[in-house]
Amino acid sequence: MSSPVSTDVAQRVRTLPAHARSPLGRFLAAATTPGGAVFVLAFALLVATVIANPNFGDPGVLIRFLGRTAPIAIAAIGQYYVIVAGEFDLSMGAVIAAQVVIAGNYIGDDTGRNVTGLLLMLALGAGIGLLNGVLTTLLRVPSFIVTLAMMLALLGLVRYLSGGAADAPPNDDFRQIGRGVVEDVPIVEVIPYPLIVLVVLAAAAVWLMRRPFGRTLLAVGDNPAAARTSGARVWWVTTRAFVLSSLAATVSGILLVGYAGVHPTVGEGYEFAAITAVVLGGVVLGGGRGWVLSAVAGAFALELLFTLLTVLEVASTWRDTVQGLIIIVAVAFAARAWTVGRRPSTTAAPPDSPGRTSGPSSTTEPTEGPTTGGI
Amino acid sequence: MRRTPLKGLLAGAAVLAVLTACSTEDPDTDAADDTTASEEEGGGSEEWFVQADYDEQMAQMDATFSGPEDQPWLQYIDGPTTDTAEFKTNKPMKVCFANASISNPWRQTGWITMNQQLEVLQKNGVISDMETRDAGDDDNQQIADIDYFISEGNCDAFVISPNSTAAMTPAVERACETGKPVVVFDRGVQTDCPTTFIHPIGGYAWGIATANFLVDNLEEGDKVVALRILPGVDVLETRWAAAEKIFDEAGIEAVDHFTEANPETIKSIITDELTKGEVAGVWMDAGDGAVAAIEAFEDAGMDYPVMTGEDEMSFLRKWEETGLTGLAPVYSNFQWRTPLLALEMIAKGEPVPTEWVLPQTPIAEDERAAYLEANDGMPDGHYAKFGGEDLPGYPQVWQERQMP
Repeated sequence: MSSPVSTDVAQRVRTLPAHARSPLGRFLAAATTPGGAVFVLAFALLVATVIANPNFGDPGVLIRFLGRTAPIAIAAIGQYYVIVAGEFDLSMGAVIAAQVVIAGNYIGDDTGRNVTGLLLMLALGAGIGLLNGVLTTLLRVPSFIVTLAMMLALLGLVRYLSGGAADAPPNDDFRQIGRGVVEDVPIVEVIPYPLIVLVVLAAAAVWLMRRPFGRTLLAVGDNPAAARTSGARVWWVTTRAFVLSSLAATVSGILLVGYAGVHPTVGEGYEFAAITAVVLGGVVLGGGRGWVLSAVAGAFALELLFTLLTVLEVASTWRDTVQGLIIIVAVAFAARAWTVGRRPSTTAAPPDSPGRTSGPSSTTEPTEGPTTGGI
Repeated sequence: MRRTPLKGLLAGAAVLAVLTACSTEDPDTDAADDTTASEEEGGGSEEWFVQADYDEQMAQMDATFSGPEDQPWLQYIDGPTTDTAEFKTNKPMKVCFANASISNPWRQTGWITMNQQLEVLQKNGVISDMETRDAGDDDNQQIADIDYFISEGNCDAFVISPNSTAAMTPAVERACETGKPVVVFDRGVQTDCPTTFIHPIGGYAWGIATANFLVDNLEEGDKVVALRILPGVDVLETRWAAAEKIFDEAGIEAVDHFTEANPETIKSIITDELTKGEVAGVWMDAGDGAVAAIEAFEDAGMDYPVMTGEDEMSFLRKWEETGLTGLAPVYSNFQWRTPLLALEMIAKGEPVPTEWVLPQTPIAEDERAAYLEANDGMPDGHYAKFGGEDLPGYPQVWQERQMP
């Protein structure tokens, strides 16, 4: 795009600060917000991984990596709904484990049970989410406790069903959902089914967040009292976020049982991976702010980090520690970036706005913040 | 005051001694590091490597076993025995079993076999009842279980399958102090007070058999990915310690990863390793998840590796289906029968081996078909050398695989 056109556009829409710069300027401004920075982080990790191992840059390898990361990205989308509403869902990993074990036990070798099994799993997922939501909103038990208890209850169920050991996987037809690929695709060779599922769910999530539900969800997360006063049914909006989260975990479980097989440890740590991905994506814990696709990018950044550590042959005994440290740094950076973006004028007021009333009332300030660079 | 210089001298000498000790160790460590430049453990497994145990198990692999030919669970290597005349009884015994867990397919299979053996001994009037407490992989829980048995269990004999070696030692000693027979099996404890300690040859033997197989089928400089379940369990650490040593000496490049037997983790690790470069071999410290490892090669469209799994049916079946070059090492599952049979001997006042070493022979490719046929219809988590073919309920009980 040539620059005269963009300045022209910028002048016409001056009232909208998000459009007040050239495309490059807007891109840079977006990249300095946490929600944008995660894309830069993911890209940097990708480049680092490719430098460390050039084979990783092969399109066929890359697309398989994206397919393998789909379950965690889908879990991150689910967790996003809950976190943006100001809650937590710690039961995700246990939901995945339960669904995986149920798929192994109920469906097993019987291809005739594939469809009923799938419906059963989705119904169970929705039921768990509904319970989480209702307990949190109507009984006012903190979601941290509700979902922690749900996690324990489900892990107990998993232990009862599996005895804590591996089981035979469901039939290969069912496993195709998570293991299958579209063959003979130009350039990338294959497209894994899980990646297609992820793209569909991500698109649906973007659409949903632009619908009244999504807008209300953000409002509830930002200020539940205000949302209630303005007529939102807060309990029902939040409960639906929990249902979406459990459903996302269920879809992850369906993909994982196909990809990996049945073991009670499948899904272990997914709740924390999903929360980390969401936070890396710049979504604010406590709710009200964040973009769903940034959470997806956070999931990819996280998985790229794990892959990079494998490629660099970091000692297996140290790997968890290294992961933890990097995540702390990244999240701390993200939190700081929000501070920069949010309150540019509290310590260093721009000289060109002497008549402006102080305080957070100005809606044009936040997006100008990053360029001033003040803290 | 006058002693201060002496103290200083002593301290200096001590420091020197420590330094010397360190420096004498340094060449070893350096040498090891040189040969394993890309090795990632960096000495972690050296703590687990005991040369004497390695040599002993190496010798035991070729040892002659006494006992009935067709009942490997009653075979043993000749050695010291424990006199059990004092325990002789005609009354059926109440057995108290402190189990570490049944949280992996190997333990589940053994647990089923043990219960079928129990049925036989109950019918024969040797055992009246067996009370079992499952510690769920938790040391503290198992200590509490053993103490409960001691104080309130009204037990005539103890069977203990320790969750971990060091932590369980005092509790086992307390059980010994009751003066009743104590049978320990599988993982060991650091005391020789039990009446008998039953186990297959051990982790080094596993490591030696598997690593030698890979070395024989690979070239120097080839890469082996080692999939390990978790750190810190002696029977698993010694498997890797032995294998790592052999890989080092043969110039095989081995990289190890912890997987918790999670098939997703295993697939990701193999996929990443395949992206990095050719993987010629896969070594596992337990067969759980072997299928996921093989599938990762399939998904990436790569040739199958040379691989060692375990005698778990899932691996044996996948091994046959794919035709890969493989070996199924065995950590003899039939050992779960032996503790109760040992109690039968103890009740008769017969001497039992103080350390009862059971045979441990891998399944090679030419024996695979026979084991697959013998275990036809068994679930994937079943172990080929479970040794329960002559017990009541065979084969339905193992096929249905309901935990007792």
